[in-house]
Amino acid sequence: MLQLPIYLDNNATTPMDPRVLEAMTPYFLNQFGNAASRNHPFGWAAEEAVDYAREQVAKLIGADPKEIIFTSGATEADNLGIKGVFEMYASKGNHIITATTEHKAVLDTCKHIEKQGGEVTYLTVQPDGLIDLAELEAAIKPTTILISIMYANNEIGTVMPIKEISAIARKHGVLVFSDATQAVGKIPVDVNKDGIDLMAFTAHKMYGPKGVGALYVRRKNPRVKVTAQMDGGGHERGMRSGTLNVPGIVGFGKACELCMNEMESDTKRISILRDKLQTELLKVEESYVNGSREYRLPHVANISFKHVEGEGLLMGFNKNIALSSGSACTSASLEPSYVLKALGLGDDLAHSSLRFGLSRFTTEEEIDYTIKSITDTVLKLREMSPLWEMYKEGIDLDSIEWAAH
Amino acid sequence: MAYSDKVIDHYQNPKNVGTLDKSSKNVGTGLVGAPECGDVMRLQIEVNSETGMITDAKFKTFGCGSAIASSSLATEWLKGKSVDEALAIDNMTIVEELNLPPVKIHCSVLAEDAIKAAINDYREKNGMEKIKFEESVIH
Repeated sequence: MLQLPIYLDNNATTPMDPRVLEAMTPYFLNQFGNAASRNHPFGWAAEEAVDYAREQVAKLIGADPKEIIFTSGATEADNLGIKGVFEMYASKGNHIITATTEHKAVLDTCKHIEKQGGEVTYLTVQPDGLIDLAELEAAIKPTTILISIMYANNEIGTVMPIKEISAIARKHGVLVFSDATQAVGKIPVDVNKDGIDLMAFTAHKMYGPKGVGALYVRRKNPRVKVTAQMDGGGHERGMRSGTLNVPGIVGFGKACELCMNEMESDTKRISILRDKLQTELLKVEESYVNGSREYRLPHVANISFKHVEGEGLLMGFNKNIALSSGSACTSASLEPSYVLKALGLGDDLAHSSLRFGLSRFTTEEEIDYTIKSITDTVLKLREMSPLWEMYKEGIDLDSIEWAAH
Repeated sequence: MAYSDKVIDHYQNPKNVGTLDKSSKNVGTGLVGAPECGDVMRLQIEVNSETGMITDAKFKTFGCGSAIASSSLATEWLKGKSVDEALAIDNMTIVEELNLPPVKIHCSVLAEDAIKAAINDYREKNGMEKIKFEESVIH
């Protein structure tokens, strides 16, 4: 039985897997101890649970448990990773390289660093959303200390060539930080094979709870250190003070274990559904996939429907289908998605985009319903769209002098 | 953001969607907004040149639900009004009628601009001088 509403906004957050909740429950109740309490069984139980979760998390990304610093989420891990390196390696240099399509948690952190006297290069991306490796290498200077490139993009799902990026970084003795929030748990991520020195990720994008994430910090070849951004009791090897969120961490660990075991079968099933959704929606005239189709997360598709506006489109079905749009109107800023604009998309196409994020729990029935619902709404709105009418009459929309507002 | 029932109703059952013959002398067309701003409205009026009454109004809008609702409502209000009465339609009455939140006020401004643009187009076609409006500053 099809149940409404359908959730296809899994890049924003995923539902929690019931098995994760089950693992967490005791740590809200009887096992409520503080993992830093060293002298009684409540503390011991909490510490043991955290240690076990740390192993589960580390295993998923091919790391050593000692390299995992638990945080409140990916935003905090982004802040700690980037600011922490900037401060720790100040004597080596002050230059950071990142890209314009990064998440705001990275971009705004970089802006903060610029105010602190740092220098940041923002690489533009190619129309498929990937950075140009030659451009990256050319941007490296003697003062460069860090390259911060996301593993996979949250809006278009484009997966960056992390191995190639880290090879370049290694050659020049520069550290690599990656915001892997959308990638970990969805595609194989291995910090050693990928050559990553620091990496941020979070539980709630992989069927775990909100409010818990991690920063991976390499301990060997090279040994990386970050300056703490939170002062206090010296938790997490002094890099992140604050009482550990034991139930959250336990859930994070369980979520990682499930992803580890089920990634292959999940991916196979989800990518078939994603491909069906994409194939059917591309049958709608003047619809386009944004970003690389080849280097892309298996559960993501970002599609623009020309001459209909994203928010207007969402309104046609958002009671029944949860999705997000790159359109301006969904945010208060009135600016369309900076990621889509960075691909070189015109504002009109950026305004017309929908982002689909499928999950472990998405069913074929839901996809079928979505295809029909969106197709119907696009056709209905185009009947109402003056741009569509002009397009059909063969009028070049670029030739019109639009009233500037 | 939750939409008001009236916005939802206009979105689901828009009134007067369509196209009038823009080459006709009795038809005034206003095209306002820009694709890169995420909203474009085309509003048309058909005027009985003898009585000065608006006999028909049509719209097509590219934009969010509030933009669609604002233009749909505007066409409803225009029909049966004289051109002079139409000039008096103020965007704030649209805001009140549709219960638009502050971030959507620009949709109502766009509708008001579209009405004025359509009237001026009609006036120009019929040898009347265009009315100069104060520029609405929005976006």
